[in-house]
Amino acid sequence: MPSILQIPNSKTRVSYLRALAISRAYSKGQVKVPVLRGVDLCVGRGEFVSIVGKSGCGKSTLMHLFGLLDTPDTGEVRLEQNRIDDLPAATRDELRNRIFGFVFQFYHLLPELTLLDNVLTPLMIRYSAWEYWRRRKEFREQACEIVKKMGLDHRLRHRPSELSGGEMQRAAIARALIGQPEVLLADEPTGNLDAVTGREIMDMMARLNEDEGLTIIMVTHDESIARQANRIVRLTEGRIQGLEEAA
Amino acid sequence: MYKLLLATKYLKTRVIAFVSIISVTLGVATMIVVNSVMAGFQTEMQDRLRGLLSDVAVMTHDTDGFEDPDKLMKIIHECQYVEATTPTHEMWGMMSFRVMGQEEQRPVRIIGILPEGKNQVSPLAKYLLSRQDKDLSNRDQVPEVDLNAPVTWDLSATALGVRKDKIAYDLLRNSETVPDGSGSASQVASEAPLTRTADSGEGPLFDNPDEFRIEDPNEFQADATPIDPTIPQPARVFVGSGLVSSPVPNRETGEIEVRAFINPGEDITLTTLKSGTPQPVSFKATVVDLFKCGMSEYDSNLVFVNLEQMQKARGTLTPPDPKHPNDNLDWKTGSVTAIQIKLTDYSKAKLVVEYLRERLAGMHVSVETWEQQQGPLLQAVEVERAILNVLLFLIIAVAGFGILAIFYMIVVEKTRDIGILKALGASSRGVMSIFLLYGLTLGLVGSLAGVMLGLTFVRYIDSIEECISMVLGRKVFDETIYYFHQVPTKVNPGTVIWVALGAIAIAVLASILPARRAAQLHPVQALRYE
Repeated sequence: MPSILQIPNSKTRVSYLRALAISRAYSKGQVKVPVLRGVDLCVGRGEFVSIVGKSGCGKSTLMHLFGLLDTPDTGEVRLEQNRIDDLPAATRDELRNRIFGFVFQFYHLLPELTLLDNVLTPLMIRYSAWEYWRRRKEFREQACEIVKKMGLDHRLRHRPSELSGGEMQRAAIARALIGQPEVLLADEPTGNLDAVTGREIMDMMARLNEDEGLTIIMVTHDESIARQANRIVRLTEGRIQGLEEAA
Repeated sequence: MYKLLLATKYLKTRVIAFVSIISVTLGVATMIVVNSVMAGFQTEMQDRLRGLLSDVAVMTHDTDGFEDPDKLMKIIHECQYVEATTPTHEMWGMMSFRVMGQEEQRPVRIIGILPEGKNQVSPLAKYLLSRQDKDLSNRDQVPEVDLNAPVTWDLSATALGVRKDKIAYDLLRNSETVPDGSGSASQVASEAPLTRTADSGEGPLFDNPDEFRIEDPNEFQADATPIDPTIPQPARVFVGSGLVSSPVPNRETGEIEVRAFINPGEDITLTTLKSGTPQPVSFKATVVDLFKCGMSEYDSNLVFVNLEQMQKARGTLTPPDPKHPNDNLDWKTGSVTAIQIKLTDYSKAKLVVEYLRERLAGMHVSVETWEQQQGPLLQAVEVERAILNVLLFLIIAVAGFGILAIFYMIVVEKTRDIGILKALGASSRGVMSIFLLYGLTLGLVGSLAGVMLGLTFVRYIDSIEECISMVLGRKVFDETIYYFHQVPTKVNPGTVIWVALGAIAIAVLASILPARRAAQLHPVQALRYE
C-alpha cells in the first residue's frame, strides 16, 4: 500500500474507504453474538455519511472497524483499495493517528490534562519526544488556532471537568482535527448534548465537510441529526437495510 | 512526549500515587538508617575490638610463657611488614579492693605490658580515661596529661593527691570506728602497706604476707622501716573501667551516671598463680589510670600491669638484687606469653601470619590476626547485619507488592483513558511505557525523598533518640547498656546508591504487570468501560 503521506487530498466521489462483507461477533461467555453480518459499505472521499439504526444494531461496531479500533472476523476494510484491517498493529496505530479523527458521545477527554494538552495529544503521540519538543511552539500555535475556531480560546488552561458538555465536545472535535485527518469518525456526537448545542456541533461538522472536504462518518440514532449528512446508511440487526441520499 | 506528560500528571494528581511514594520513601529511609547504624556499629566495634588488640599476636600455649622473648622478637622483626612488637605476659587472676569498708573481688585477666610498647602496637593511650574528653561522671579531675604524651606508669599529680586524701580519709574513718584507737594501727596496716624496702623508696610487694604462700622470703627481709603510705606501689596498673565502676542513678537529676569506686592513685590487690606449680600469689598495685575502650569484654576483664612486676609475681623473673627486689628488673630475663605485633600494612596480615607460622613452627606458638582472635564476634555482627538486610529487603518487597496493587487499581481506573489514547493512535508499547515511566518516576521520587529522609535521620539520630526517649520516658539507646555514648552511624555512599537503585528497580518491576495489562487492553472494550 502507498505510504499514508502519499494519500491524495483531493475531493473525489471515488470509493475511498470501503467495508467489504465484514462480519463481527462478540462472545458473551460461551455464546457468540453476531453484531455485523456481511456489511458492504463504500464511502467516497469528502462524503458525509450518517449511519443510523437502533441500539445494538452494530453501527458503532462498524465505525470502530472503519477506524481500525477493531478488526472484523471476516471481510475486509479498504482504504483507497488497500486492505488496512490486516496490517500489523503498529501500522494500524499509525494510520489511526494520521488518517482518522475520533469524536465520541462522551467526549473522552483525558481528565488530567488541560484543554490545550488534550488537543495536542494526537501530535504528542505522532512525534517523538524530541521532535515534539523541538516543534512545540509550532504545534501550540496550530492547536490555539483550531481551539479559537471552536470558540474555546478562553478555555485553553481549563481541565475537562471545568468545561460544559458543548465545550467538551468542541474540544474533542479540535483534538480530532489537530492531526489533519482524512476521515472524521463521530460516534453519537450530539447524543449527550441539548438540542441547541447539538445543532451547533452539527453545523460545525457540516462546515468542516463542505469547506475543508473532510470525510465524515457519523453514527447516530437521531433521524434529524442524520439528515444533515450527504448519505444515510440504515443498519438493522447487523445488515444494511437501505442507503439514501439526504435532501 | 505524552508518556512523560501523563506519567507526571498521574503522579501529581493521584493521592494513591502519593501513598506509593511514601511507602518507597519510608522503605528507602529505613534501609539507609538501619544500614548506617549497623555499619557504624560494626565499624565502632571493629575499631574498639582492634583498639586493644594488635594486628597480629604470637601466643604460646604454655601458661608459663616462653623464655628469651628478645630472641623471638628479633625473629619476628625479620619479617618486612612488621613495624613494632611488644611482649606481654597474660594470666587469669583476681582483683580485690575495698569499697565502703567492704572487700570486693573481680575475676580478671592480668596482662603485663610495657606501656609505651603496648601503645605502639595498639593505641592504649586514647582509651585512658584521663585522656578522654568524656570522663566517668564522678571523676572531677581535668585531664592534665598531654593527649599525645607517651604512656608511662607515672602517677599524675591529681592521682597522687587522691592517694593522699584516700589514705587520710581511711585513717580518719578507722580512728572513728575504733574510739580508743587501740585497733586503728592494725586496721590501717591491713589497708596500707606494712613495710617498705629501705632503698627502693617504694611500698612493699605484698599486702598481707601471711595470707599467701611466699616463694621468695628475701623480698620481705628488708628492714622494717616505717613506710610512707602515700608512696605508690612498685606495681602499677591500668584498670578496665567496667571493673571498678557501675551505673548509679543521680538523686537530683534522676539520670543514670557511671561512678567509679576506685580512682587513680588508689591501691588494689591482684592475685594470680605462680608459674610452674599452681600456687596463688598476691601483690598490691597502684592504679595509674582507668581505661574504657567501649568493649565490655575488655573493660570488665582486663588489668594492665607492668610486665616486670607481673613476671616477678609469677616467679619467672628473679630480681638481680634480692635485697632490693624492685630494682633493675629486666623483663628480657623473664618469660612472656605473647608478642604483640603492629604491621606497616594490615592488608599483608595473612602473609605475615603464614610467614611467622612457618618460621616459628617448632616453638609451639599460635600466630593469629586480631580478626582471627575475634572471629566469632565479628562474624556474629556480620551475620546480624546480613539477616537484618534480608528482612528489610522483604519489607521493601512488601512495599513493592503494595505498588503493584496500587498500579493495578490505577490501570483499572484509567481503563477508559487507555482506550482514548489507543483511539488517538497510541501503540500498546506506548501505553505500557506510560505505566513503566509512572513506576520509574514514582521510584525515583520515592527513592530521592527516602535518601534525603534517611540521611537527615542519620545526621540527627542522637537528637531524634533524645526526643523519642523524652516521649517514652526512658532511654532508647542507653549508654550504660550499649557500648556507645552516641548512636554510631556510618553512611556508606555505595550502600545508599544500591538501596535507591533497588527501590527504583522494585517500583519499575512492580509496574510491569499492570503496564502489560494496560497495553493489552482492547481499545473498544476500554472505551466502553464504565
